[in-house]
Amino acid sequence: MTVRRRKAVGGALALLTGAAAFLVVAMLGVILWDVVRGGAARVSWEFLTAAPQEGMTGGGIFPAIYGTAVMTLLMTVAVLPVGVATAIYLHEYAPPRSRLAGAVRVAVTNLAGVPSIVFGLFGLGFFIQFVGRGLDRALSEPGTLHYGQPALIWASLTLAVLTLPVVIVSTEEALRAVPRELRDASLALGATQSQTLARVVLPGALPGILTGAILAVARGAGEVAPILFTGVAYFLPDLPGSPFSQFMHLGYHVYVLATQSPDVEATRPLLYATVLVLLALTFALNLVAIAIRTRTRRRAAAGH
Amino acid sequence: MAESASVPAIAPLRRGEDRPLPSIRRRQLREAAIRGVITLIALTGIAAVVLIFVFVAREALPLLTDPEVRGEASFGKLFLPQVLRPNRPPGFMWQPVSGVPKYSMIPLFVGTLKVTAVSMLVSVPVGIAAALFASEFAPPRLREVLKPVIELLAGIPSVVLGFFALMVMATWLQSAFGFSFRLNAVVAGLGLALTVIPVIFTVSEDALQAVPRAYREASLALGATRWETAFRVVLPAAAPGVLAGVVLGFGRSIGETMIVLMASGNAAITSWSLGDSVRTLPATIAAEMGEVVFGGAHYSVLFFIGVELFLFTFVLNALAAGFVKRLVRRMSGGKA
Repeated sequence: MTVRRRKAVGGALALLTGAAAFLVVAMLGVILWDVVRGGAARVSWEFLTAAPQEGMTGGGIFPAIYGTAVMTLLMTVAVLPVGVATAIYLHEYAPPRSRLAGAVRVAVTNLAGVPSIVFGLFGLGFFIQFVGRGLDRALSEPGTLHYGQPALIWASLTLAVLTLPVVIVSTEEALRAVPRELRDASLALGATQSQTLARVVLPGALPGILTGAILAVARGAGEVAPILFTGVAYFLPDLPGSPFSQFMHLGYHVYVLATQSPDVEATRPLLYATVLVLLALTFALNLVAIAIRTRTRRRAAAGH
Repeated sequence: MAESASVPAIAPLRRGEDRPLPSIRRRQLREAAIRGVITLIALTGIAAVVLIFVFVAREALPLLTDPEVRGEASFGKLFLPQVLRPNRPPGFMWQPVSGVPKYSMIPLFVGTLKVTAVSMLVSVPVGIAAALFASEFAPPRLREVLKPVIELLAGIPSVVLGFFALMVMATWLQSAFGFSFRLNAVVAGLGLALTVIPVIFTVSEDALQAVPRAYREASLALGATRWETAFRVVLPAAAPGVLAGVVLGFGRSIGETMIVLMASGNAAITSWSLGDSVRTLPATIAAEMGEVVFGGAHYSVLFFIGVELFLFTFVLNALAAGFVKRLVRRMSGGKA
């Protein structure tokens, strides 16, 4: 091939890869544009604070927002300590080339790959049928079901298992960014390993841990498949009063409005507005997480 | 990091100030206890994977043990052709709610395969090309924007992508290709591609970035152009990592639920036409679990589908991990 031809082919191929990248960005743009255009007009203070009315063709989505918020809060409380402790084990305590640490890593990678609907089955089979029914047998009056049915707590715990890898991976990255010298200095001054951890390593890793928590919340708030059989409800007149009540959820509300509405045209503006709220929520969380992480990475790179 | 360094690392005395330091022995005990607790918590990850398999399989177990369930849904009935109507050749049918329920897995396998094929056909070239662009051709500043943007795409909840496929893409594609069914394998597959592309992009880009600079410099020094270096040196060197991305993307597209549930039409037909409505394995679980009798054959079969999905993704994950290991070995060999 002549040099000119080689250059021409190269230019064309580079352009093609650029076109692929552009296509992906453009799809994101089109989705955003469509959702904002369709939903912005309907989003109002009233929409955010009122309950659905007239068979889901009017009113707002407050119960869904409330349900999503409470569910993700419970989920975070459950997943954060376990995820952070696991990352601490993997990065701080496990001896190099530890078999156990290897097994934990393999398990976490696999956990991240399990389809979300399988988590839903797990929540139903383990939390509701096994744990819940077990509690009922022990605590409730015979013949009544109090714990062994879909509920906020079971959905939250199911999502906590699903988001565990997110927290572990982010926390471990944060721990890795804390310079080895800081640990050595602390240990050399006579601090024990746990003291070093609590007062030197964890404060340094805090932004990264926060990133993990935010990413887990964003992921948990948007997942619908795992909660389908573990606690979400189509419509509830009241807000959930206890962790053992069912709840409404933004993502599930989108699904219901999009697929089960008796009057598609009447629900369309509501559907778009609900999608806009859900998307704005997950986007805001993701943006914050990305911003913190970029800053931490830059600082870590500068520190080494 | 400067702030955390200036924090006094340890106070010379513990909170009780004038009490003497605890004995070394007690400190060691405390450390051992903390280490033990943290190690114990770290086992949660392993426990979770084991429990997921055990408890999903437990609900599917009646397929093996319960004679009544077995009569309705034996493995022969799940996988082999059945006589559906007299005087017709035997065939496959998924029809769990009918006088004689039929639980053939084959229409669901075919549906899943069709949707996955469409999504991979789009995601693999687009994802890898975009990763090549980001890693090899884009100016650094553009790359710093491109990566977070694709991360944002990955952060969109799948129910929103399902909504988009259902409300917008389905209409576009029908007017473009004239499908007789508005919701079909192509719509669901392209909707899926929106979640699979970020997976392939991210893993491939990491692999391309892991290729040592020396490879590129050597290639350029020998007179190769940038594209020759990118396609003939960097991409082959990173191939195992790129393959890992493709495998993970494949696993994602088999297991994704909400997009296909909303955009595939959900008709369990055994046909190879991409324009027909399809029903996939995960969508079947999601659509039918709400209406089953607990402990019945239908219930057990749905959990059995869950076991299949778990095993599929387990194998794919192991495969991807193997590829990544090979990449790491190759790259560390390259540096030495």
